[in-house]
Amino acid sequence: MEISFDTHPDRYKHWKLRFDGAVARLTMDVQRDAGLRGDYELKLNSYDLGVDIELADALQRIRFEHPEVGAVIIDSAADRVFCAGANIPMLSSSTHAFKVNFCKFTNETRLYIEDASEHSGIKFLAALNGTCAGGGYELALAADEILLIDDGSSAVSLPEVPLLAVLPGTGGLTRLVDKRKVRRDRADVFCTTSEGIRGKRAVEWNLVDAIAPRSQFHEAVRTRAEKLAAKKPKKGPGIALDAVVPEKDEASLRYRYVAVEIDETARIAKLTMHGPDGAPPKTADEIQAAGAQQWALRAFRELDDAILRLRVNHEAIGLVLLHTRGDVAAVRAVDEALHANRQHWLANEILLLQSRVLRRLDTSSKSFFAIIDEGSCFAGSLFELALAADRSYMLEDDDGKVTVALSPANAGTMPMWTGLSRLQTRFYGEPAAVERALGVHDPIAAAAAADLGLVTVAADDIDWEDDVRIAIEERASLSPDALTGMEASLRFPGPETLASKIFARLSAWQNWIFQRPNAVGPAGALTKYGQPERPCFDWTRC
Amino acid sequence: MSLHDSIPNNVDLGHDRKLLRALEKWQPNFKKWWLDMGPDGFQEDLIWLRTAISVDASGWAHYDYVRMPDYRWGIFLTPRDKKRTIDFGDNARHEAWEEVPGELRGMLRRIIVTQADTEPASVEQQRQLGKTAPSLYDLRNLFQVNVEEGRHLWAMVHLLHQYFGRDGREEAEALLERRSGDADKPRILSTFNEPTDEWLSFFMFTMFTDRDGKYQLSALSESGFDPLARATQFMLTEEAFHLFVGETGVDRVVRRACEAQLADPNGDARNQGAIDLPTIQKWIHFWFSSAVELFGGEISSNAADYFASGLKGRHHERKKYEDHTALEGVYRMPVVEGGVLREEEVPLRNAMNEILRDEYVADCERACARWNKTIRDAGITDFQLAIPSRRFNRSMGIYADHPFSPTGELISPEQFEARRSEWLPTPEDRAYVRSLMKPCYEPGEFASWIAPPRKGVKGKPVDFEYVKFTTPRA
Repeated sequence: MEISFDTHPDRYKHWKLRFDGAVARLTMDVQRDAGLRGDYELKLNSYDLGVDIELADALQRIRFEHPEVGAVIIDSAADRVFCAGANIPMLSSSTHAFKVNFCKFTNETRLYIEDASEHSGIKFLAALNGTCAGGGYELALAADEILLIDDGSSAVSLPEVPLLAVLPGTGGLTRLVDKRKVRRDRADVFCTTSEGIRGKRAVEWNLVDAIAPRSQFHEAVRTRAEKLAAKKPKKGPGIALDAVVPEKDEASLRYRYVAVEIDETARIAKLTMHGPDGAPPKTADEIQAAGAQQWALRAFRELDDAILRLRVNHEAIGLVLLHTRGDVAAVRAVDEALHANRQHWLANEILLLQSRVLRRLDTSSKSFFAIIDEGSCFAGSLFELALAADRSYMLEDDDGKVTVALSPANAGTMPMWTGLSRLQTRFYGEPAAVERALGVHDPIAAAAAADLGLVTVAADDIDWEDDVRIAIEERASLSPDALTGMEASLRFPGPETLASKIFARLSAWQNWIFQRPNAVGPAGALTKYGQPERPCFDWTRC
Repeated sequence: MSLHDSIPNNVDLGHDRKLLRALEKWQPNFKKWWLDMGPDGFQEDLIWLRTAISVDASGWAHYDYVRMPDYRWGIFLTPRDKKRTIDFGDNARHEAWEEVPGELRGMLRRIIVTQADTEPASVEQQRQLGKTAPSLYDLRNLFQVNVEEGRHLWAMVHLLHQYFGRDGREEAEALLERRSGDADKPRILSTFNEPTDEWLSFFMFTMFTDRDGKYQLSALSESGFDPLARATQFMLTEEAFHLFVGETGVDRVVRRACEAQLADPNGDARNQGAIDLPTIQKWIHFWFSSAVELFGGEISSNAADYFASGLKGRHHERKKYEDHTALEGVYRMPVVEGGVLREEEVPLRNAMNEILRDEYVADCERACARWNKTIRDAGITDFQLAIPSRRFNRSMGIYADHPFSPTGELISPEQFEARRSEWLPTPEDRAYVRSLMKPCYEPGEFASWIAPPRKGVKGKPVDFEYVKFTTPRA
């Protein structure tokens, strides 16, 4: 089944997005029979990837199309149910690879909620009108504030461990103790109490920020949302995001600036990103006027879509070769204009989006090699691709035409999930090397790039073909599991953050548990969920 | 003369930018290495040497006087068979590789570098031997072996340069930087760090250690990586002479031992300035047991990988075997278990080192039978030489931790120590053999401990002036 990430509020099946001045309302109303696959029912506002794709689209559109919004209420249209979390029959009938990619995407989406709050000043209020379990509560945890209805029965809960023998893997465990700073002994009690916690105790334990009785719930939601929205200065007008849909055939995806050639036999994809064409917008007004069509936004939205499609529609692709085509100076000009106009909401949003897309690449379970050859334009924001890659190969040509270049985009505006820039990550423990590289303002040819540590291998035209070919063949032959683990470990030196813990710790454990018989074996809890028999565990602790 | 004119080759060197570029840097370093670490003291002399100038029958053995530094080390591959397939392992029947398959790069590089490292190592080990050559004939043969080991280094370096890019160039440089016996940067295999400081050891080395090389090259000549197969096929033609030097060298020492023993009133060969047969036997014990280690572990996952991936076959894989997958069947191998030897069944692929070792042992036994014929023909009927059991005196592999007698019985460490001096060279034996090492530089003259060869080189008489000294010798 081919999955598309393109959607639009007019076509949402599971959410309603409404705007009332500075307050947006994102209402979950999951259609039971409209799952991505037909073999499960989305009962009780439970979600699958399709539901989350709409949520991610809505978040993106609020940021670009409605910069006037200062607060978003996430609520539910279902009676006495906020959200029951990820759909269990969907999970138990999905392949391991699909589960992993599903969780990764949902994790990214929740982190984007926090990203919008932190960097765009859009505050989120989770309005829990009823039962809020598992992934539902994890969604609420991503919001700035949680308001729970106090009706004597509605509770928040993370029942994954006691009911399903898996984890609340969409950041739930991490956010409880790291973000909401719930005492870890209480968190332990909470996470093993399947019915959850309600009312005053939920407030006392800081599982929610406030409770409100049924009669005052809607008023309380409105009041809190308006208060949250008031913090943000007025911005706008917004721009319309047009659809990003590739032209597809069996072996390629083609967008305006991005092209992906897929070789399923060799398990290799070649992703080419084309640099800007024409004169880039320079002033804030020009940036605003260029809207969704400007290269910096369009090209990175395409890259985002391409990465997502490679993840879920081409699971066997192990190695992605990152190519660029275009003019080094033109990429730098775009970066510089955006950075110079960063106080303008759109310039800022574009930089934030580029940053998110690059982080999407960082957390993809594929190997990336940047191929810096003739005609390439690995500069600034596109040089981040080379820094994100596991290795980079640069052609050392006689006349020094092949160059890379740095721009303000490399100096900290595109942080990884660890909070470090990719240059800081590359030279972790060698801060002087970061400064040395950033001090070079001219385009940098291969030998100098290698000296500065900006590329892995600089090879002249005699070595180029063989070096690159052999490296590619070798990479494609190694165990995909071992590579995923190796890359995830090597890509993120430096400090831990909430996000890095979610991807490196929580997700890794969850992905292990997803393989274990106690969850997915014939007598495992996930398998037996909803059936008359009890699960049967292997009691070995490991 | 341009670089490609000075290097005989059949790899179209003149049009190969990659190779020319790599060699421009490497060749001067090789020359420097040769002057620093090649034969000590004979670089200006004229040696009657064989040079390969092409791969065909008329060109591969061109004889003339040459100064060793002027020797034309060349690059030759047996001509390519365009329809060649991989003949064994999991990739059998696929087209043979003309380029390094990326997924096998690490494995192949290790195979090539390990083989390559032995070539300069042996030259380094033997660099002092010229000073005590028992004849001009032997001196010339030593240098012939040395320059050809140098050429074999070239053959392997060509593969590194041509197929392994920057990594290959670095490995090629490292081959000139390691030094036999150097504590800090030794040669890879331990045998190649022992000096060969007397001629009996030289003959033993060319008999036993070079013969390991022959079987390694033979296994590689079956390789699915066609350039490696073709390079090693041609190396084997040269290697044959080295083995000849060893086998006939030992035979001549044996012949002289018999003559001396019979001539001496007390039957004491040493009294006649020869090396007695029991001493020769000890050298055989020592060198054979050292050389069998080079085949690697008896039960080896590396060996299985090399076979499975089609990189290293069995000796005469194509000619001799019908099943080229080696997935079925087992190899029965004696192993020590609970203090006794028991046979264990090992999956065939994991026993590939042992299968190659079998071929080697049989070959050594064949040579030993010829030496014994020499002894019998001389009229001595109460002494025979023997190749020891492969379990004897091992320091690597499954037999390493257990003492075995030369006939292969498991014995106690005390029993071994009690008979050590009977089985292996003692410091006194070594001192005695070294004491015999006096140069004989007159044409036709031979040292007291070795018989002349039955014939000279390439139709030349035994007393031919195989080496013309350009400086006077003592």
